[in-house]
Order: sequence, then C-alpha cells, then structure tokens
Amino acid sequence: MTAQVITVTSGKGGVGKTTAVANLANALAMDGKRVVCIDGDIGLRNLDVVMGLENRIVYDIVDVIEGRCKLRQAMIRDKHYPELYLIPAAQTRDKNAVSPSDMVRICADLRPDADFVIIDSPAGIERGFRNSIAAADRVLVVTNPEVSAVRDADRVVGILEAEEKGSPSLIINRLNPVLVKNNDMLSAEDVLDLLGIQLIGIVPEDESVIIGSNRGAPVVTDPKSRAGQAFRNISKRLQGQDVPFMDMEAQTGLWNAIQRLTGRK
Amino acid sequence: MMDQTTSLVQIKGIRDGLLATFADAAWEDLRVALLAQIDERPTFFQGARLAMDVGAQILKVNDLVDLRDFLSERGVSLWAVISESPTTEHTSQLLGLATRISKPRPEERKRFTDVSDETALFVNKTIRSGTRIEFPGNIVVLGDVNPGSEIIAEGSVIVWGRVRGMIHAGAKGDRNAVICALDLSATQLRIADEVSAMLKPPKDPRPEIASINSEGRLQAEAWKQATLS
Repeated sequence: MTAQVITVTSGKGGVGKTTAVANLANALAMDGKRVVCIDGDIGLRNLDVVMGLENRIVYDIVDVIEGRCKLRQAMIRDKHYPELYLIPAAQTRDKNAVSPSDMVRICADLRPDADFVIIDSPAGIERGFRNSIAAADRVLVVTNPEVSAVRDADRVVGILEAEEKGSPSLIINRLNPVLVKNNDMLSAEDVLDLLGIQLIGIVPEDESVIIGSNRGAPVVTDPKSRAGQAFRNISKRLQGQDVPFMDMEAQTGLWNAIQRLTGRK
Repeated sequence: MMDQTTSLVQIKGIRDGLLATFADAAWEDLRVALLAQIDERPTFFQGARLAMDVGAQILKVNDLVDLRDFLSERGVSLWAVISESPTTEHTSQLLGLATRISKPRPEERKRFTDVSDETALFVNKTIRSGTRIEFPGNIVVLGDVNPGSEIIAEGSVIVWGRVRGMIHAGAKGDRNAVICALDLSATQLRIADEVSAMLKPPKDPRPEIASINSEGRLQAEAWKQATLS
C-alpha cells in the first residue's frame, strides 16, 4: 500500500480549507480507507477542533520533527473511524519550525501504512504553504465564488505550475444557487472560465457545515446535508470513481420552496 | 593554496545565507577546501547559515554528519544540501536538511540584449495573478491575461485571449504602441504615460485595439480591418 498525498490549499483564508480536509478525510474513512490528516497551519491550528479531537492532543508535528516523540505517538485516532488519524499542528510555534524536507520525510514514513495523507495548508503563499505542498502528489485548490478568493486561487495555481506540481483540481465551496441565479454571485462557470483547471467538486452553501464544524462532527456524516453529499462525491472522485456533478438548481426549485414552507429546511 | 581552494569551492551570499558551490572533485578534497576557506576568515563565517550545492556528489550519512560537526565547531550551521544525486538528497532528508533553496525569480533570470522594434517575446500560456512579464520589445500572449497580473512592454502588446489584468505598452514613452486583444476587459490599460481605467466589461466580447488617438487620449475601439492600415 502506498498512500496518495493530497494537499488542500487556497491562497485566501477563510474559504473552507480546513472544513474540506475534515470532511474529505471523514468521507474517505467512511469508505474504509486508511487516512492520515496533517494540520500544516503551525501556530494557528484548528483542524483538531473541526474534527472534534482537540482534547486528545498530547504530541504534535513539531514534537515529531524535533525528535521528542515517534510519529505514531503524534497520530490521534478519530472517535468514530479507527482508520482515520490526525497529526495536529503545534500551537505555540510558528511556520519556521517545519521545513519542506521535514514534510517530505513525514509523508514518506506515512505512505506505506495509509491510503490517503491529506495536508491542510495554511492560507498565504509563504513558508507554511511551501511546506504543505512539498510532499504533495496532488493538490486541491479551494475557492469561494468571490472575486478576491478566485484571484488568490489563480495566484496559487500559477505558483503550483511554476513548482512543477502539475495542474491542481478545483473545489468551489459555498456556492449559493439562488444568488447565482439572480446574477449576484459568480457562477461555477465564471470561476472555471478564469482559472482554467479541472473541477473536482462544487459544495453548496449550507449552514449545517458551520454547525458541524463547531460541534467537531463534520457535515459529511449527515446523510441529509447537501454539502455533505457534495463532499462525499468529491471523495469518490479522489478514489478514481466517476460521479456526476450535483444539480445545484435542485435547491432553488419548487420542491425546495415547499420544503421551506413546511419547515423541513 | 588559496587559488586551489577557491576553484574547488565557491562561496557566495544568497538571500537565505551563504551558498557553497562545489566543483567536480573528490569529496575529501572538497571538504578540506571548504573548511580551509572558512578557517581563513573565521569571523566572517561565525554564525553563518550555509547551503551547499554539491552537484552529482554521492554523500552518505557519515559524510554529511562529519561535515556538519566540523562546520558547527566553526560556528557555521548547515541547513541545506542541494544535489542531483537521489542518494545525497535522501541522506540530507534523513538529517533534516532542506534539499531545495528558493530559486531566483524568473524575471531575474533573463537579461535581454539586442532588442529592436521588431523583436517580440512570445508567451504561450495564461498569465496568472501575481505574474509580471516585462520585455524591452513587443509581447505576444497566446492565452488569457488574468486579473492581478501585469504585462509591461516597451513596444506593443497583442493578446490572443482575454485581457483582465494590467497591460502597459510603450512603457518607455512610445506613444505609437498599441494593445490588441480578443476581449479587452482589462482593469487598467496604459500606453506610454496615458492611463485608462474606463473599460467596463462588454456584454459580448469582441476584438479590440487600444491606442492613443489624435486628441492624445487612450481609446479602445472595436477592431476593423481598416484600423491598422
């Protein structure tokens, strides 16, 4: 077994990198895959919170790098999925505590025993971002349908191309079909038109994502959530399956209006 | 002795500290040469961060550990080893050393000489945000010019694609320079010292050409066959 290392990055902050990592990792684990998440945001960690594992942290990635513990000791097992692990970031250090070669080494150690290693990159294009992409076999760029987020994503795509990391895949997060329909939000086509990279998923805006993140229970485990469904689809695509894209319009239609009226939504 | 050691090992300052580049010779000789250079100017090297480019040299853990110890005795910390050899790269990774240092910026790489009015730089890709392309002649882009990118030419700029970034033609004052594109919805265009930010995204994109008109103002108009003659 040799794991695929996937880095999730965005350029701009707050577009949903950490949410995407937590949800994709859970979705892959639901399919029985062995998954290790690495929080690359040294000094501003929160993947542990979103995954609901904050109070189990004993060692972190900097402890591994500086030799205070073994890699195994820093891997926190998930509450629900025994094959899902998190390697948390250090909160009291900064990005300079890790070098790109450290990440390459850690991922090389993880590869034989996992199916997927998912790295949550910090926002920005500096040291933390460089660390996070150093070991990546594949990069997912997350963006929101907003001009500023798309522009930063474009910058990141340019850097990835210059670093010869190959063309990344795109996740458009928090798309609101109603706003798009009224021409108040960039559509998925507008975003793709500008970035010109392969689309791997569109996640509709869904308040249950925020609720899930706050509770430490990623929304992907909720079978009724549309955002959860979108993340499950992306995880299938990461596993090489061909899944059709969801119909975003479904939410704006009559059925949805009825649901809203009857209080089911 | 001095001449011999400097020809084997060249040390220069880079953004991240010092970079030692090694000639192709026996590792033992190179190591001696490096340490000799450091011993000649101990105060200069005290506290330095050193990266080494060892070329195709194959180094085992012992080689690097020894050298690292010798260096740290002299107050020099080794932080990166760059090599073409996978074995050496692996060794340095084992020791927690970086195997790559930031590359020089691409625009610093090229220096253009002999550029005439008829010289053009051909760019066969989409120019993404944060990219800046400068050329002392004309520039031709086959691809889009995305928002947040900059293209600066001393001559004219032709884009076979959409322009949504900033383009400056005639950057050294040539008022005859033009900018043409299949879709000219740029955030800002400049020709010589004229600036135009008027361009609103057209409903149906069409080829346009921007130039300085007879009144001395920067103006974009739909491309017609007659425009250029």
